[in-house]
Amino acid sequence: MASRRVSSLLSRSSSLFSLRGKDSFMNRGTRRYSNLAASLEDTITPPVKVQHTQLLINGKFVDSASGKTFPTLDPRTGEVIAQVSEGDVEDVNRAVVAARKAFDEGPWPRMTAYERSKILFRFADLIEKHNDEIAALETWDNGKPYEQSAKIEVPMLARVFRYYAGWADKIHGMTVPGDGSHHVQTLHEPIGVAGQIIPWNFPLLMLSWKLGPALACGNTVVLKTAEQTPLSALLVGRLLHEAGLPEGVVNIVSGFGPTAGAAIASHMDIDKVAFTGSTDVGKIILELASKSNLKAVTLELGGKSPFIVCEDADVDQAVELAHFALFFNQGQCCCAGSRTFVHERVYDEFVEKAKARAMNRVVGDPFKSGIEQGPQVDSEQFKKILKYIRHGVDSGATLQAGGDRLGSKGYYIQPTVFSDVKDDMLIAKDEIFGPVQTILKFKDLDEVIARANNSRYGLAAGVFTQNLDTANRLMRALRVGSVWINCFDVFDATIPFGGYKMSGIGREKGIYSLNNYLQVKAVVTAIKNPAWL
Amino acid sequence: MAARRVSSLLSRSFSAASPVLSRSQGRNGYNGSRMVRRFGTSSAAEEIISPSVQVSYTKLLIDGNFVDAASGKTFPTLDPRTGEVIANVAEGDAEDINRAVKAARKAFDEGPWPKMTAYERSRIMLRFADLVEKHSEELAALETWDNGKTYEQAKTAEIPMLARLFRYYAGWADKIHGLTVPADGNYHVQTLHEPIGVAGQIIPWNFPLLMFAWKVGPALACGNTIVLKTAEQTPLTAFYVGKLFLEAGLPPGVLNIVSGFGATAGASLASHMDVDKLAFTGSTDTGKVILGLAANSNLKPVTLELGGKSPFIVFEDADIDKAVELAHFALFFNQGQCCCAGSRTYVHERVYDEFVEKAKARALKRVVGDPFKKGIEQGPQIDSKQFEKVMKYIRSGVESNATLECGGGQVGDKGYFIQPTVFSNVKDDMLIAQDEIFGPVQSILKFSDVDEVIRRANNTRYGLAAGVFTKNIDTANRVSRALKAGTVWVNCFDVFDAAIPFGGYKMSGNGREKGIYSLNNYLQVKAVVTPLNNPAWI
Repeated sequence: MASRRVSSLLSRSSSLFSLRGKDSFMNRGTRRYSNLAASLEDTITPPVKVQHTQLLINGKFVDSASGKTFPTLDPRTGEVIAQVSEGDVEDVNRAVVAARKAFDEGPWPRMTAYERSKILFRFADLIEKHNDEIAALETWDNGKPYEQSAKIEVPMLARVFRYYAGWADKIHGMTVPGDGSHHVQTLHEPIGVAGQIIPWNFPLLMLSWKLGPALACGNTVVLKTAEQTPLSALLVGRLLHEAGLPEGVVNIVSGFGPTAGAAIASHMDIDKVAFTGSTDVGKIILELASKSNLKAVTLELGGKSPFIVCEDADVDQAVELAHFALFFNQGQCCCAGSRTFVHERVYDEFVEKAKARAMNRVVGDPFKSGIEQGPQVDSEQFKKILKYIRHGVDSGATLQAGGDRLGSKGYYIQPTVFSDVKDDMLIAKDEIFGPVQTILKFKDLDEVIARANNSRYGLAAGVFTQNLDTANRLMRALRVGSVWINCFDVFDATIPFGGYKMSGIGREKGIYSLNNYLQVKAVVTAIKNPAWL
Repeated sequence: MAARRVSSLLSRSFSAASPVLSRSQGRNGYNGSRMVRRFGTSSAAEEIISPSVQVSYTKLLIDGNFVDAASGKTFPTLDPRTGEVIANVAEGDAEDINRAVKAARKAFDEGPWPKMTAYERSRIMLRFADLVEKHSEELAALETWDNGKTYEQAKTAEIPMLARLFRYYAGWADKIHGLTVPADGNYHVQTLHEPIGVAGQIIPWNFPLLMFAWKVGPALACGNTIVLKTAEQTPLTAFYVGKLFLEAGLPPGVLNIVSGFGATAGASLASHMDVDKLAFTGSTDTGKVILGLAANSNLKPVTLELGGKSPFIVFEDADIDKAVELAHFALFFNQGQCCCAGSRTYVHERVYDEFVEKAKARALKRVVGDPFKKGIEQGPQIDSKQFEKVMKYIRSGVESNATLECGGGQVGDKGYFIQPTVFSNVKDDMLIAQDEIFGPVQSILKFSDVDEVIRRANNTRYGLAAGVFTKNIDTANRVSRALKAGTVWVNCFDVFDAAIPFGGYKMSGNGREKGIYSLNNYLQVKAVVTPLNNPAWI
């Protein structure tokens, strides 16, 4: 049951479904789509019940202190799925007290690493056992295709936890050469209570990137989910406890950023905060940490990642992966390949094929088999994307496909492609976070390097070329945390992910993420008559 | 010419020099009658020794040239022995930081620094270390003049450590490895450990050259370029070694040095949009401001080395004489101006009275005077502001009913000399047991058992360092793990070898300097993934 790679699965599914005909949006004035229609009309009933809507604090599901709740909505319809407890400052305080106790007095950092790893392995087994239920909940709350949840994301959730379970008993300090008669060693200790704030685009994967290394290193956690997608974390939180996690080690608080999120970031008894979300909110988080107790901060923020197609690239493959790089997950990826730079010699061919591919994209109820694209997560995102599309049109980019909403309910948007995009257009600078591909033209490598790097972001890049020198040169010159060469969105557990510049601070996944959850203590002891130094 | 350890050097100089000096220079201790502030002190503070060095560099070092500040303004740097002006120094401000960043940006973006081989970079750093040794006496004299620390300490401990640290990081330059990474499928995965870019570095006045080394060493080894702001109290030595770096072959623009003040030059560096990383050493309050400026500008990653209130724990089975000597050293070293000073001396109740008596005797023997004079253990505090602050805390100690065992007043009537001061019967809730005093004031507290002292030692917003004195391996191992502090010295203190990481838990900072760990501060990690066709293995 190896987990499957996002990219390979998606290319497979796209080739399976690309034959479905869809009408495209050709002339700008009209906003009419006769499309896929049927799948939008009848909303499929999700094969899962919502069991947990309360906060998970100290091993128990509890109401919020205020008793307040908020609705979590189905992006397919905008209708309420469930009312969920709304955590606020007092709930964060309760969660921190529980996490503090589990760390300061509790069994978690005092267990052997082997015991901790066994609990994480058991949790991964339970995830697999409940795969379909978890996947259905994730799709219902988020709107992503069920096939993507069930076949990629939930298996990756188990995969990431097994990866970090394996690290738990392999966290080594060092013995260090001294300049004289001292024995020097470093201890890599858990930091303490980690606050973690995760986004709505990949609720469970973001949970695994955060919880996996924090727990492996022996920390306890207060996790805040996104208000758009609180449900799946509560279910896996229960499974964590079924796997034997002691109470208070992981506490999950649903709620909003300005209340619960801010309380975490500014809490004096939280030793570390990790946040994934927008750059603007990341700045606030860091500022709250600076004004409170200087807790260490990891940030995974926005991006405007270049996808560079050189003239010698395999154009068909580049088209497919550029499409995937942008449209995957409804375009709601921080590392979306959202600036498609194409060499002038292959530009026209590329645009034609990219447009054709977008027009073949199958949009519809994400629970339906064969669907490639579901709705955007909520009305705020939906409106923001439509605003950017208008912006693209207004600024003179050529709208090749799409450009409007799809159907009349929920938050579906047509796969949209702009060509003739210029660097100074807003659609080439801002993170749109939706199914809007912007294709730009370039002439030579120096130019595309300069333009690709001319962004406040530095999260990821795609490079398409058959030439080894071009690949090596671009891979060094691009100021980004991930470079995918002739591939995109490869997210194995071992591969570090994170941003240069204003795309963030620190790395998650892989060995690098352990640093985020460890303190280094140097211990120096005077030694008498040493046999060697 | 191995660098010598501060602690061993200091203990050596004590044993060699202090008996003689302490006999010939009897000083009256301050023994109880609180209001008296009279000290018959060393003649050393009376006659001012002329430093054997000229001030050659007082201008900003930008793009390989010494230049005036854009405003033309200067500020005086003072001799802590007298409060008199040593020299007027160019006062850098936002415009100068902009010029420096531009030079650093060019040296990074267009080269040559990150485009050189690591071996070439290491050769320049090694040549620099040789030049430091060649100019050891001038550097030490300048450091002492500007800072007030003893010349012997500057000359025999700190300057050799400066060279040692640059040789250490020169050796790292060509050993910065990325990883190849196991994938879950047909992909070749590697990580590149790249320089971040332009590093902004803001250093304090207590160890101007060592802080320079901790910052500049790893940044250069990793291929970054630098804009360094010195403390306004101690701008001189950094310019001097900046000149030596140019002599060693460092290309222009790689290391830019701006003297100036925190609120102007420091703030513009921390909030600069073209600075990719910031490292700061100083107070916790300023550290919070720096991090806020980074958050509000371009989210540059920030390393912070901040304040401390480090416990020094003496268990009943400790070698008391050694513990007294090292507790004294842990606090009084460098006029008490160390972020990791052992400023809460916890002593087990069974040995408490003996310890206090001996600690007082040792403090009374401490030789205070002109730092250029041989055999002097303690010079003046850095400036009038610090002097006033330390005196205020001494008054606070007296007022809160700690027992003043000795010291408590000024030494002499000019400059910023303070008597080595010891308080006993200090309680955890007194200000002198909570705040960082940053002066020659030892606070001795009593404890009864291990659980209690662990809890009390950890009950602080700081977590920089700790000393543990015991002969029992179980006690040592238990306390080492339980203390929330970045460094634990067991039966030693202030061991600062280049390879040992240093930094804080809690509000003592973020990140580690020195050792292999400091490289992380100056590297970005890039994951590179390529598909494999028909791989021989995965």
